[in-house]
Amino acid sequence: MTHFVNLTLNGLASGAAYAALALSLVIIYQATRLVNFAQPALALISVYTAYTVTQLTGSYWLGFAAALVAGPVAGALVERVVIRPIARASELNAVIVTLGLLLVVQGAVGMVWGNEQHALGYAFSYVGRFSPADAFALASVAAVAGLLFALYRFTPLGLRMRAAAFHPEAARLSGVSVGLMLTVGWGVAAFIGALAGMLAGPPFISPNAFDAVFVFGITAAVVGGLDSPFGALLGGMLMGLAMSYVSGYAGPEVATLAALAVVVLVLSVRPDGILSRPTARKV
Amino acid sequence: MSTEPLLRVDGLHAHHGAVRALDGVSLAVPARGMCAVLGANGAGKTTLLRTLTGLHPATSGRVLLDGEDLTRLPAERVITRGLAHVPEGGGVIVELTVEENLRLGALWRSSRRDTATMDEVMDLFPPLAERRHRAAGTLSGGERQMLAIGRALMARPRVLLLDEPSLGLAPLVTQRILTLLRDLRDNTGLTVVLVEQNAAGALSVTDHGFVLNRGRVVTEGTSADLLADDRTRHAYLGF
Repeated sequence: MTHFVNLTLNGLASGAAYAALALSLVIIYQATRLVNFAQPALALISVYTAYTVTQLTGSYWLGFAAALVAGPVAGALVERVVIRPIARASELNAVIVTLGLLLVVQGAVGMVWGNEQHALGYAFSYVGRFSPADAFALASVAAVAGLLFALYRFTPLGLRMRAAAFHPEAARLSGVSVGLMLTVGWGVAAFIGALAGMLAGPPFISPNAFDAVFVFGITAAVVGGLDSPFGALLGGMLMGLAMSYVSGYAGPEVATLAALAVVVLVLSVRPDGILSRPTARKV
Repeated sequence: MSTEPLLRVDGLHAHHGAVRALDGVSLAVPARGMCAVLGANGAGKTTLLRTLTGLHPATSGRVLLDGEDLTRLPAERVITRGLAHVPEGGGVIVELTVEENLRLGALWRSSRRDTATMDEVMDLFPPLAERRHRAAGTLSGGERQMLAIGRALMARPRVLLLDEPSLGLAPLVTQRILTLLRDLRDNTGLTVVLVEQNAAGALSVTDHGFVLNRGRVVTEGTSADLLADDRTRHAYLGF
């Protein structure tokens, strides 16, 4: 029984990082119908910024703050400089461009910081069952999700962002600058992605540090429903728990397999994801 | 029209790719005027409205609102000059609630809630007040059109452009909306430009009409004259 409780708590903690990553994907997908494969690249920029700042100042929290600033700045820049010019082309173009961007950033990070692993600590101790680090992961993702919900639901900026995402033309006719909302959306998504990176990256970071995490994050987003933020959170937690149970009871080597099994299971029952609303076809 | 018109369009050209959609449209709408733009499918009515509000680029020509040139203004700035556009089908955002749709209309003026204008709009359209917190997707066709008009009114525009508000609505609902628009003009001094395929309905509430064919204004006159002129009716309006 204690084993089960331990696995559950571990699963929730690692699920928090997947949920954050999934949420960052969903925010961009909602606004642009684009699956942003460059999300790990933005997370990389964030954690390496954190690494450098921590090295320079000796303070983990200054590094943490720097990551949460660098992420959104990088995200907004990517939207303006890379994505905007190809926004009118087919959706597949944008997907390929984000994939290419990921490879470029991974290469660039390797050139600047080297391809070897760097140690980046945790804010809190991560030993023991449900460690302080685990609690921090859960609490910070919950706080960010709550803030995000409040932003979208209760603020004028959130209303503008939703209008721009759901119906860009009607939003423009109401005076919303849709382009600006897209940039803000990318910034917000990259902020959450930076948090996910700071939770999932340590203790060691390398240019490929987020490959596996990203697979779980995108799986979580697809399982939850690519256009549902709540689905992303739920999917992330489900993935975290599933991986934890499977590696606990069956061995860590089958964990990745379990992720795929979850996808197949969920999508065969709910093809659009758990919380996605079925869409009426436009005629 | 002796006084300077509020909305003036001068030789407006626009293209869809290589196809010329507007071929030198010129028209003038006086302040507090209510006019109809009529014509068959593909005559350029929708393109005309979309070009007026910057959703479609003009190739040449000018759009003047109260003397100010709006031709190259991006769509999200046009509303701030007082030119509101209710697009074909209304453009209601079905994922938002009725109230959120309305609030959106007033956001460019101020981020603060404009409860006074909101109340006016709710008074104008009682069905919206009853469904205030429901998703706009649950509204009927007529209610969606009311919501679309209400959202445009939240911007407190000087000129309201409407693209086929009667589309897909029952004749009684159409009549109600057209009458309401005329009352609005009479009571608030709003200037209304109504694009319609339903020529008889549109001419019955407007005071002036323009007939568009292949991107040109082929006939214009008072609505009463256009209704009485058999040749125009048979040739362009189909009734």
